[in-house]
Amino acid sequence: MVYLTRRYRFCASHRLHNEALPDDENLRIYGKCDSPFGHGHNYALEVTVAGPIDQETGMVFDLVALDGIVEKEVLERLDHTNLNLDVENFRACVPTTENVCTEIFHLLCDKIKGGGPLRAACLSRVRLEETSSNFFEYEGDPPSAS
Amino acid sequence: MIYVTRRAEFSASHVYHNPKLSPEENRRIFGKCNNPHGHGHNYTLEVTVAGSINPTTGMVVDLKELKTLLEREVLQLMDHKFLNQEVAAFATKIPTTENIAVEIWGMLAPKLSFGKLHRIRLYETSDLYVDYYGD
Repeated sequence: MVYLTRRYRFCASHRLHNEALPDDENLRIYGKCDSPFGHGHNYALEVTVAGPIDQETGMVFDLVALDGIVEKEVLERLDHTNLNLDVENFRACVPTTENVCTEIFHLLCDKIKGGGPLRAACLSRVRLEETSSNFFEYEGDPPSAS
Repeated sequence: MIYVTRRAEFSASHVYHNPKLSPEENRRIFGKCNNPHGHGHNYTLEVTVAGSINPTTGMVVDLKELKTLLEREVLQLMDHKFLNQEVAAFATKIPTTENIAVEIWGMLAPKLSFGKLHRIRLYETSDLYVDYYGD
């Protein structure tokens, strides 16, 4: 099993605010990230796929295809947007980097385990850096014990 | 268990080409990496060794020994080389970053006299890297 990671970038704004909570509670929890006008980040996204090396090509995944999937599913949706207002899934869900990270995992997961030549690898991890000091990683939920 | 990582750099050229495939198929799969004259990268290699702390030295590995091992087993073989033509392993195997990472694991794992090789991470560029854990 080999893990291949590709790095991408996008820029977006957001506001951390939960409508279900009173204003003073939002301010207490989110601090300056609750500013009503929002603020932005240059996000760095790492997408890791895991699979065996294809014997014919020596590669784990078709990088051009991976770039195309990430461009279509993630970057076109999120880059240069206001996450709260422009991205459907964040109308009812606070766009913390945790939530953006898991959302990206779910956007990519089914598209990456497509099978076919150089598509046998699966999505293994999404890592999202909000700043150079803060980053979040999601590897999908473990299978339920039941 | 403590994990110690040592970083090293090497520069090399390569070409992606499978002689069993037609020229058109090679170009379709490998794109500009199929340029017959090759192209090169500054690779960054991270070698992670796992072990317990030696109570006498407070260290997991002798970093000088690890550096010497990397120099002897990997860098001398690959640095400033055309991988396809000058590294025996790649005479029959395409030197993709995936295959290079696995090859480096094979070069180092049996030679470590301390700890246990945990991970090989190989950066082809700052935006692309491969991890291999030996299985």
